[in-house]
Amino acid sequence: MNPGSGADGAAVLETVGLSKAFGALRVADRVDFRLTAGARHALIGPNGAGKTTLINLITGMLKPDNGRILLGSDEITGLEPEQRVKRGLVRTFQINTLFPHLNALEAVTLAVCERRGYAGTWWRRLPAYADAVEEAYAILHSLRLAGSCYRPTHELAYGQQRLLEIALALATRPKVLLLDEPAAGVPQDESAELFSVIANLSQDIAVLFIEHDMNVVFRFANRIIVMVGGRILMQGTPKEIAADARVREVYLGRAHHG
Amino acid sequence: MACSHGRAAAKPGLAVTGRAQIAARHRWRPVEALPWLLAIGAFFVVPDYLFLGTQVLILILFGLSLDLILGYAGIVTLGHAAYFGIGAYVAGMLSALLGWHEPLTGLLLAGLIAAAFGWLSGLLLLRYHGLALLMLTLAVGIMMMELANVLEAWTGGFDGLYGITPAPLLGRFENDLFGRNYYVYSLIVLFLVFVACRRLVHSPFGLVLQGVRDNERRMRALGCDVLRAKVAAFAIAAGIAGLAGGLFAQSNAFVTLDVLSFMRSGTVLVMLILGGVGRLYGAFVGATVYYLLEDQLAKFSPEFWQFGVGLVLVLVVLFARGGLLGLLEAAATPWRRSR
Repeated sequence: MNPGSGADGAAVLETVGLSKAFGALRVADRVDFRLTAGARHALIGPNGAGKTTLINLITGMLKPDNGRILLGSDEITGLEPEQRVKRGLVRTFQINTLFPHLNALEAVTLAVCERRGYAGTWWRRLPAYADAVEEAYAILHSLRLAGSCYRPTHELAYGQQRLLEIALALATRPKVLLLDEPAAGVPQDESAELFSVIANLSQDIAVLFIEHDMNVVFRFANRIIVMVGGRILMQGTPKEIAADARVREVYLGRAHHG
Repeated sequence: MACSHGRAAAKPGLAVTGRAQIAARHRWRPVEALPWLLAIGAFFVVPDYLFLGTQVLILILFGLSLDLILGYAGIVTLGHAAYFGIGAYVAGMLSALLGWHEPLTGLLLAGLIAAAFGWLSGLLLLRYHGLALLMLTLAVGIMMMELANVLEAWTGGFDGLYGITPAPLLGRFENDLFGRNYYVYSLIVLFLVFVACRRLVHSPFGLVLQGVRDNERRMRALGCDVLRAKVAAFAIAAGIAGLAGGLFAQSNAFVTLDVLSFMRSGTVLVMLILGGVGRLYGAFVGATVYYLLEDQLAKFSPEFWQFGVGLVLVLVVLFARGGLLGLLEAAATPWRRSR
């Protein structure tokens, strides 16, 4: 076992020797890591370390050159992104990736309909699916978005749009949720609020999030993975990471302001 | 909301409002009766213009099919006439070559074959986006026209396909000199297709299409097979375009290569943008205004009338992004609020 890979329990998501290169640039270099049930793992590293690339590889938006991805005990390396979502591997985006012209309720209802398999029916009107609308509303309510859920997405405040990203992901009932800088661009006081939402998500969901703010990382992550130059430098509990000299040198030393 | 009383109590109270809100967006509004009343009124008020009226109805039907893919699924195409043309040739050849003169089954077959072709071509075309898609649809349109030109023995080639003699509708209603029966026939077909389209855009599948239009990447991240959804919408739209083409062939009793022309693909796009994209009724406004402009401007200048159409299009695109219908809606909103 790797040093510091003491994550116990069965892995819900695991990568084995995942590699990807663009020409000579190795953006992912034999990445091995695992997420266990109820995980709240942070993925940190300097810009260009390959964090988003890793999420793109895991979710199938990029095809790896080598290595395998396992969801539970199933290999999913060859599956299309949408097939992975159907199996419970879901992500959010660093840049808002929403439906500008739909309101929040419609958008989340759409996600619920897609999951429940209603999405192909064209002969029944949407209001007939009261259960889907109710579920969507409940999700929005739990993220404190219910108050503005009838406004078109493009009119929502930026912070609300970040929450809607998460609401859409939750509507797919993920087993594994990969959050790419969920608080990107959100003021610091609001970002703590956003992360408390994430921390309080159901323990059935394993969460991996990318985040730059070390206060947030050390407060909300129960495990930290440090990436540098496409490789995992080390992984461990926040205590182990904080104490590690290499991490201080390559990462904290440079990125920590003041 | 009559249907929501029973289970509402168990949920957070506002969820009921959520459903009511969604239901309200999908309810038929009184103003929606207007175009149909106008179409029925025209039958009695301007009986001499019903042949022209039939052509307007056919263009509306064609425009409606384009609105489904352009307005809802966000698929741009410069080759939509391909499916109109296939419908026209199928309906025409059935009668002229195979002696199948029964118009209703002929029309149905025109729609089905166009839909099948739409499905097949969609599987290839819809993997592409933007400029590539635009050029590929254009190419498919041109290839279809060349194909029809080469297959002269069946299509009549450049001379056109004559000898289309549909039997009376339901065994009773001839294609009379004034086009009265075919006006009613086209109006009924349009109405049935419209009701189906309206249902579709307000269904979960309709919401999926709007999601695809707004953000394909997000749809994929929700687990949607985007290509499949787009191909399904494309096939349905192609089928409706085929019905429009079939009606065109039956009502005119001839088909020329013109049904497949790039000009026709362009016209339907122009008139839909003129009327308003993604609103279902945009085609109604667009087709009517387009024919009125053509009629009136041609009186001024028989050769130069398209300049006028172009000018109106420029103004609409620059100053009324929602088309003429969008302008009407914007004008009606303060009035509605003040009540």
